[in-house]
Amino acid sequence: MSVIELKNITRIYKTGSVSVDALKGIDLTIQEGEFVAIMGSSGSGKSTLMNIIGCLDRPTSGNYFLNGEDVATFTKDKLARLRNQTLGFVFQAFHLLPRTTALENVELPLLYREEELSWKEIHKRAREALDIVGLSDRVEHTPNELSGGQKQRVAVARALVTRPDVLLADEPTGNLDSRTSLDLIDMLQRLNREGLTILMVTHEPEIANFAERIITLRDGLIIKDRQSVQMQASEALKNWKDVDEIEYENSVSL
Amino acid sequence: MKWSAVPYSAIRAMRRNTMRTILTTLGIIIGVAAVITMVGLGQGASAEVEEQVNRLGQNVVLVFPGERSLGGVSIGGGSANTLTVEDARALQEEIPEVIAASPEVRSQRVVVYGNQNWHTRIYGQSADYLQIRQWPIESGEMFTDEDVERASLVAVVGQTIVEELFEGADPIGETIRVRGLPLTIIGVLERKGMSLMGSVQDDIVIVPYTTAFQRISGRSHAMVINIQVYDQQSMEIAQQKITDLLRERHRLAPDQENDFTVQTQEEVAQAATETSRVMTWLLASIAGISLFVGGIGIMNVMLVSVTERTREVGLRLAVGAREPDVLLQFLIESIILCLLGGIGGILLGIFATEIIASYAGWPALFSTEAMVIAVTVSAAVGLFFGFYPAWKASRLDPIVALRRE
Repeated sequence: MSVIELKNITRIYKTGSVSVDALKGIDLTIQEGEFVAIMGSSGSGKSTLMNIIGCLDRPTSGNYFLNGEDVATFTKDKLARLRNQTLGFVFQAFHLLPRTTALENVELPLLYREEELSWKEIHKRAREALDIVGLSDRVEHTPNELSGGQKQRVAVARALVTRPDVLLADEPTGNLDSRTSLDLIDMLQRLNREGLTILMVTHEPEIANFAERIITLRDGLIIKDRQSVQMQASEALKNWKDVDEIEYENSVSL
Repeated sequence: MKWSAVPYSAIRAMRRNTMRTILTTLGIIIGVAAVITMVGLGQGASAEVEEQVNRLGQNVVLVFPGERSLGGVSIGGGSANTLTVEDARALQEEIPEVIAASPEVRSQRVVVYGNQNWHTRIYGQSADYLQIRQWPIESGEMFTDEDVERASLVAVVGQTIVEELFEGADPIGETIRVRGLPLTIIGVLERKGMSLMGSVQDDIVIVPYTTAFQRISGRSHAMVINIQVYDQQSMEIAQQKITDLLRERHRLAPDQENDFTVQTQEEVAQAATETSRVMTWLLASIAGISLFVGGIGIMNVMLVSVTERTREVGLRLAVGAREPDVLLQFLIESIILCLLGGIGGILLGIFATEIIASYAGWPALFSTEAMVIAVTVSAAVGLFFGFYPAWKASRLDPIVALRRE
């Protein structure tokens, strides 16, 4: 079953007399359980597409069906509920609340749930989500006590805590070093294997190769949409060598 | 949404910038404290005025010589020589509602006892004067009608005289001298405190009016006639009868104006009450303005806070907050800010009122009403001035907000 279905989506930004066609007609269907990477250089429209899929922005024309429902007919409140329950967001800049513990950051989406949960249930679910990303021991830490990779994992836990259908990740590895990036991708792949649909925007081809489907955008149009041989991050991690290890090996071979 | 989380996150947002929170609430603290202080002092002053009106005596009518308009230029007149001792006597004897009348003559004199001397006011009065003024004797006794008839050289003194000339010792039976005239002290008055006009009423020597006229002041006419009327209901008719009798005695033609003024104690008190009421309103308005300015300070800081927390707002919207959720969150924050200021203001206000009241010498009255109003007003200030920043926050575009650095 298709989770996301876009039909001839356009998005035109108007600033005064100047109008920019960010998206010029996107047709895209994403099935449940897919791991999709969206590639493209800056200005290709990938962020705009992500915002529309994430219900943060509305298309100028075209239809967007989420779980078979036409999003164009939704009220602002209904869209907020979709963002809260159906979609989970992970951002490049993490966007954790400062001076707020990991647990409280993860609890945030639950506070905005339509059906109110008890505090006990909220704490329980947030702990479970932190458990999934492997941060059970960092529950009471604030963002400035966490490393970049840990911050992004808190952000993933925050996206997962509402048990969404789709995880939207906008350049999730953009602020991380390559080793930490691999760890994160490995985690996303595990979540994907458990059934989570993942849509990830990235401009790094190495990262995109860990997806099973790669879509390339240019000037607001899809120019390539291919299934790829999915690389496994866990494999890459097994063969991972730190810079000092490589230097050591080099010095030995010399 | 989970509302119980909002106050907690609001307080955390404030703690993130403790100094700014304190400075922001300072405006509200000062505003509320000013309101509480002004209302407290104003009510204290009114109560004091009321108390003094009661102490002035009940059902008292004052007759002044000449035209004397209260609040007008000629206040404090009494230069005209139109009231005589006989007038006073006639009023008491011929009008049934008048139960006591005391012709008054005042002089400023130096009083000497031993090697001490003290500048004070000497009042010539009749034996009924203390009854008219409802002024009890602390020790000794008041002079009698006989003393008045004989112009006896006796005096009743106030507490200030006891303190200044006798250093607190019992003065009964001692003799004081006024320009060489010996006066024997036969009574001491209870303490009376400040008058409505702010003079110390205890700084007084009372002698029979005959003695005052003949031996001390050198005048022959009364400066005031103090009259006590039988009861409250008779006040109006008594005033009319007093006016009629005096016009008749002074042989005034119907087209001639009165050469005296009849006033009740209430009328005198009313002017004083009115003054204190106007002052209270004036001060409370100024206090209200400072509360208003404090509110603008809150708005200012909330606007800065919204700008600083743009990304937080964007994130909240992205994870499912609705516009009203964000609006209410910021509103509640500014209300909490103002309520904290309100509580601080009440504490500061009580403190300030106590201090000022102890200097001013009148009681500080705190009505819970004033405090409830102050806190309600400060919450309303938070609501009113917090609305624009909160509305601005809720209208942020999440995409733009998230991208803002």
